[in-house]
Amino acid sequence: MSAGVDLDSVSMDFGTFRAVDNVAVNIQPGEFFSFLGPSGCGKTTILRMISGFIDPTKGMVRIGGRDMKGQRPNQRPTALIFQNLALFPLMPVWENIAFGLEVRGVDKIKRRARAEELLRLVDLPDAGDKMVSQLSGGQKQRVAIARALAVEPSVMLLDEPLSALDLKLRQHMRAELRAIQKRTGVTFIYITHDQGEALAMSDRVGVMSQGKLQQVANPRDIYNNPANGFVASFVGENNVFAGEVKGQEGNLARFVTPGGTFTARLGPGVAPGAKARLFLRPEHARLLADPGAANSIPVEVTDVAFEGNFISIHARDAGGQVLVAEARNDGSSSIPQPGERRHFAFDGANAVILTGDTAAKDVDE
Amino acid sequence: MTDLLNRYGALLTTVFILLTGFWLLILIVLPNVYLFEHSFKPYLPVAEIGGPKDVYSFDNYLTFFRSPIHISVFVWTVVYSAVVTFICFLMAYPLAYYLSKVSARALLPTIFLLLFIPLWVSEVLRSFAWFIILALKGPLNASLLGLGIIEDPVRWITGFRGVIIGLVYTYVLFMLFPLYNAIASLDSNQIEAAEDLGAPWWRIHWRVILPHAKPGIASGSVMVFMLSAGSILVPTLLASTNSRWFTEIIQQWMFESQDWNTGSAYAFLLLILCTVFVSAVMRIFRVKLSDIAK
Ligand SMILES: Nc1ncnc2c1ncn2[C@@H]1O[C@H](COP(=O)(O)OP(=O)(O)O)[C@@H](O)[C@H]1O
Ligand SMILES: [Mg+2]
Repeated sequence: MSAGVDLDSVSMDFGTFRAVDNVAVNIQPGEFFSFLGPSGCGKTTILRMISGFIDPTKGMVRIGGRDMKGQRPNQRPTALIFQNLALFPLMPVWENIAFGLEVRGVDKIKRRARAEELLRLVDLPDAGDKMVSQLSGGQKQRVAIARALAVEPSVMLLDEPLSALDLKLRQHMRAELRAIQKRTGVTFIYITHDQGEALAMSDRVGVMSQGKLQQVANPRDIYNNPANGFVASFVGENNVFAGEVKGQEGNLARFVTPGGTFTARLGPGVAPGAKARLFLRPEHARLLADPGAANSIPVEVTDVAFEGNFISIHARDAGGQVLVAEARNDGSSSIPQPGERRHFAFDGANAVILTGDTAAKDVDE
Repeated sequence: MTDLLNRYGALLTTVFILLTGFWLLILIVLPNVYLFEHSFKPYLPVAEIGGPKDVYSFDNYLTFFRSPIHISVFVWTVVYSAVVTFICFLMAYPLAYYLSKVSARALLPTIFLLLFIPLWVSEVLRSFAWFIILALKGPLNASLLGLGIIEDPVRWITGFRGVIIGLVYTYVLFMLFPLYNAIASLDSNQIEAAEDLGAPWWRIHWRVILPHAKPGIASGSVMVFMLSAGSILVPTLLASTNSRWFTEIIQQWMFESQDWNTGSAYAFLLLILCTVFVSAVMRIFRVKLSDIAK
């Protein structure tokens, strides 16, 4: 039923502007794969190439091993869920869902029965005769999913389908989408600029920036072993130190910055002597009363924010750089007060040295 | 209204409104009221006006129903106006779709300009132009003969053919613009969604685009139909001996018989019967007036 999707060095030019640049990835049958990246990085363009609305300028799109060149969207085994859903407002819900079957010449009684079946699958029984305008945002979302599933696609393409929903519903729909994907076994290609969504739902994530694929890995590796500065800074929070790699210390590298010398893991492709950045997740930073043996900077606590399950502590070092440490709210660590002097310390194995641009964080997350 | 008040102040606003109302009254309301009143009075020599015979009655209206010829002319006028409306739709729909969904945005101003230019020429001249084009020895036949598409000249202006060609040409834009607006307001993602779900092009039009464009089709059709049925210039210039338009009969009453009373009655009959016809058709296609107004 499900099919793999191969993007074979695919590029897409709009005039002189390259929206997608040499993207190569093999998406496995039955996989939940996400493209993650900031707005305008070419995610929708990739989806439109897979669904067949546009043909790549260069490279090849294969679905189930077959070259899709020249195949129109209505000839491909894909179903696209649009960013704005694009439900048909003049048809009742069940006709929306059954539209793909109507196209395939299925008779009306069978269509209706199948629509009801799908409505139960997406947990919307009894909505068949309503008009789309009578549904809430989350319900419309489910109808869009049911409409796409009705044509029994081998590959389901979803373009930021949850972005219009409020936070609670979004988190609920995440789990639901994931469950539907597991139940149907269809390959899901999911697009989002929300890292939380991508990490929580996907088998693998492809992080994109400016049309280029930066890293493809499972969510754990994306977060723990980012391939470059862009991935590290786009996915999750960081303390960043700019500096230079100067030699080796055990299996860690020595990293010299204006604020001090640290040890850290060497990221992929970073050579000794290179100018680079050190990335440290806030949850790996500790604020000690006494200076540590290594990787320790004196700081003054400026702000303590209670976030519920964790506490976020902002501190300033001698150079004025703001550093962030996070402590779990489980009573295991003492929480300093603003104005207190502490030592910002971390384990070198938890920090990584990377090159490449850092991402400007999306403001709308 | 408040906008007007803010911009021009109370005095000027009052003057504007009074002036507009005045001209509306003088140019539109009063003449119609006058004709309406006279349509119920008999046509009398000047000496007898105001005399004992000058009473209100439905006689002028009944004249129409007593004349099989006039009834038949009316029926053909409605039928051919409907034909004109349908041809306008067939011509305007693909163009409206192309302009609103396919063509490059940058080309639109040019295309619209080209469509508008003929409107700057008066209807009389345009009808004359068609009279010349369609003439037996006119340029159309000459070109077709020259290209070898026909062997003998075609008599274009025969029956209602000339009238239909002329009316379609004159009023097709009144169909195009409401259609264009209606289709342009359709979210293109819906067209793509239908295609993505496997629909061939004709089903996309039938199930998604046409239903969405229905109010536009309705308002375009009402306009073209009413304008065609009420047109006088085109039928006068492009009619043949065996085609008569209902407006020509009204004109005969008014100018040849000098009987303005019966002429007015016929004019109001045309208006009323066409309105009834249009309402009936709208009911059949389940279009509401409020949809059109949108
Ligand atoms: N049809 C098009 N013509 C010209 N530029 C386009 C077109 N579609 C997308 N782009 C450009 O390509 C870039 C990527 O767009 P898109 O794939 O929609 O980004 P995303 O979905 O990641 O936000 C954007 O800069 C956008 O302006
Ligand atoms: Mg997008």
